[in-house]
Amino acid sequence: MKNIHMQAILEMQGITKSFPGVKALDDVNLTVARGEIHALVGENGAGKSTLMKVLSGVYPHGSYDGDIVFEGKSVAFSGISDSERDGIIIIHQELALVPLLSIAENIFLGNEIAKGGIVDWPETNARTEELLKTVGLREKPVTRVDALGVGKQQLVEIAKALSKKVKLLILDEPTAALQENDSQKLLDLLLELKAEGISSVLISHKLNEVSRVADSITVLRDGKTVSTLDCHSQKISEERIIRDMVGRDMAHRYPERTPEIGETLLEVADWNVWHPLQTERQVIRDASFRVAAGEVVGIAGLMGSGRTELAMSLFGKSYGRNISGTVKLRGKEIDVSTVGRAVANGLAYVTEDRKALGLVLEEDVMRNTTLANLARVSRNGVIDNAEERQVAERYRKALGVRTPSVFQKVMNLSGGNQQKVVLSKWLFTEPDVLILDEPTRGIDVGAKFEIYTIINELAGQGKGVVMISSEMPELLGMCDRIYVMNEGAIAGELAGSEANQEKIMSMIVRS
Amino acid sequence: MTEVSARERETAAEGAVVSIGSHLKNHLRDYGMLLALVVIMAFFQVVTDGTLMRPVNLTNLILQNSYIVIMALGMLLVIVAGHIDLSVGSVVGFVGAVAAVLLVQYQLPTLVVIPACLILGILIGAAQGYWIAYWRIPSFIVTLAGMLVFRGLTLWVLQGQSVGPFPRGFQLLSTGFIPDAFGIGRPNVTAILLGAATAAILVYMAMRNRRRHMKYGIEDEPFSFFLAKNGLIAAAIVFLSYMLATYRGFPNVLITMAVLTAAYTFLTNSTTVGRRIYALGGNEKAAKLSGIPTERLTFLTFANMGMLAALAGLIFAARLNTATPKAGVAFELDVIAAVFIGGASMSGGVGKIVGAVVGAFIMGVMNNGMSILGIGIDYQQVIKGLVLLAAVIFDVYNKNKST
Repeated sequence: MKNIHMQAILEMQGITKSFPGVKALDDVNLTVARGEIHALVGENGAGKSTLMKVLSGVYPHGSYDGDIVFEGKSVAFSGISDSERDGIIIIHQELALVPLLSIAENIFLGNEIAKGGIVDWPETNARTEELLKTVGLREKPVTRVDALGVGKQQLVEIAKALSKKVKLLILDEPTAALQENDSQKLLDLLLELKAEGISSVLISHKLNEVSRVADSITVLRDGKTVSTLDCHSQKISEERIIRDMVGRDMAHRYPERTPEIGETLLEVADWNVWHPLQTERQVIRDASFRVAAGEVVGIAGLMGSGRTELAMSLFGKSYGRNISGTVKLRGKEIDVSTVGRAVANGLAYVTEDRKALGLVLEEDVMRNTTLANLARVSRNGVIDNAEERQVAERYRKALGVRTPSVFQKVMNLSGGNQQKVVLSKWLFTEPDVLILDEPTRGIDVGAKFEIYTIINELAGQGKGVVMISSEMPELLGMCDRIYVMNEGAIAGELAGSEANQEKIMSMIVRS
Repeated sequence: MTEVSARERETAAEGAVVSIGSHLKNHLRDYGMLLALVVIMAFFQVVTDGTLMRPVNLTNLILQNSYIVIMALGMLLVIVAGHIDLSVGSVVGFVGAVAAVLLVQYQLPTLVVIPACLILGILIGAAQGYWIAYWRIPSFIVTLAGMLVFRGLTLWVLQGQSVGPFPRGFQLLSTGFIPDAFGIGRPNVTAILLGAATAAILVYMAMRNRRRHMKYGIEDEPFSFFLAKNGLIAAAIVFLSYMLATYRGFPNVLITMAVLTAAYTFLTNSTTVGRRIYALGGNEKAAKLSGIPTERLTFLTFANMGMLAALAGLIFAARLNTATPKAGVAFELDVIAAVFIGGASMSGGVGKIVGAVVGAFIMGVMNNGMSILGIGIDYQQVIKGLVLLAAVIFDVYNKNKST
């Protein structure tokens, strides 16, 4: 193991990068040994992405201070094409594939195998096939990318990187959108690539993955290198990493709560939903579940198991067709046939994708807060500005949204604060039951804790909370009861106290 | 946690603006187009040796641009909602033609024809809006079809001929003036009083607004700047009123235009409907999942556009005193250009009524000024096109700089 640390493929020394008014990186050092998987962790805004942009030449040489030594040579990249030529390839969190083109076309986009401008398709497809075999993706080169799931698209991205003779692969949150098993596959692939001598930098929030594959870990906080940990010479605990990331001890990742569970609030029975376009496909089958006052109920399941579809079809029939079943609130059947009626009857749904479905990014915190309940701040259709502002301020304080003022556009807020604005919007409708779909996706550890605290407070106020999440530890840490969904049906139910990852997985696998 | 609140304070401090210069810089986008209008007017005032600001020409300027301004109000809502309406020029022609046939060939009274035509406009807008809102057919295509259909129908209704002249009552829609209440005539005292009253109301409202903002501590405009801005606007209104008064006073259509502008400003700034249109254009899915009836809102936006296009059609016909098959050709382009010059965003969710009106007058003043100078229609088009492009580039540049 020692010899790994003998030669470094990459040394970034004393990197300092300033933006007007902010020092994004302050004397950061990062050394990646040849043939290792190096994890780069830190809260959102710690400077991970900025550091990678410096490395890949997005911020060209001269716009930062410090030295980059790659394969023993000092390098000065002035653009991505420079760094790619040397074999440094970044795979971004938001995939950069063209959905309407085939796998082969995407892999060789901008790098086509061509003579005199005419593409050699047989050669392209043959090479693609080889690359796909390497990454373990069983698809035809001519398959269109939009027909693939996110996990497979991720593999296409890696194949694309391999086609460019990659020496150092940088993955920015590669598993953020992936399901457990896809994530595992991806991590296995990283280990395989490592065996072939390809070094990689893995940026991730998921510490269990980091501990599984990383040879060493660099922790960034507020633009500075906090620590570089060698995973082989010592056992690194997750708590240790978290402490370095947030700069404080987080004894409990999930805030304490003593559940006070009251009467049953929401009861859904025999819920059936068909796919909006493929009419013969049933998406939700006879799903029944209930939530009581003061209870946090989790819905676990793989991606595509129908969790979001269940929630959206309940919420004003926002998904699917031929929806049937009954919804009762406090024992009385309620009408949820439009979003307006669902809201009026006490439901709220915080969407999975806050940017695309939850917020009007161009508008400010105040306008987003009041959007779902404008009637409360208006008289005869005329908005009372003073009242609206007071409402916005109240929720900003209550939820601790960090923003200079409620007139800040939400696009300028961090993910965690954006999520708090979405929560503000729904709390302002004063719902009885909140359905939260992936409420902590893509937000950092500190903000997650705050969101959990808010959820606990809501339960404490006697609201019913349904929490859909792909992160099992989160469900286990937060929920009083967990439903497990698989292929559109509720495969089982576990009390929070008896649930663990193995039981949930086995319910999914055995159903 | 203490670290966080320190950061918070820092950003809050950055938000407070001290000097006039930096305030202007921060609001370049808001004032830029108004400034551009003033500069363009000053430029043409000089190069036309003062012809631009002569009372008779100012009156003409208003008469010539009223229908563009009126349509720009509706088009702003359409564009903010994330759509476009290419049919308005043809609707102007069609409604004018129908009005002409009803008035001249069927001899129907003006007071029947005007509401009938406005309802016709609403129906036209609704018919297009139906496909756009409920069938999700792109507005570009639906209204492109509408543009062809209503141009064709215009020709059919008029049988390829011009129809006119109209009864006196109908002509007043465009060429009438508010009479002098005191019978003095020149200068028209009503006009001066109305102008002064408008200026006073605007200043009063600005002050009330500022007081309210101060109370909440969200006012970032330096007081001297506030004074200068409102003083200038009030002075400009009084001055223009006086100029108009020395000719024939306020044209009826100026009142129509002013009232509609005020009404739509109120609609967009202060009503739930207005707010929801912005949300719809900003993020339709989020708006829908917030319980906003997005389809109905889109539908109404187009019905409203139809009504305003019909009104513009009536005013245009009244002004020419004849309905011609060519009426309204290419108006949609001027209207759309006005809205974009005024700072609206092609992707929806952004734009202001005042901006659209200023944009319409920028186009109008350039048309008028270049015509006075005798610049050929060929160069006029080139120059207008470049101004549109420059305005949008300016907008995008500002936006990129601020993020």
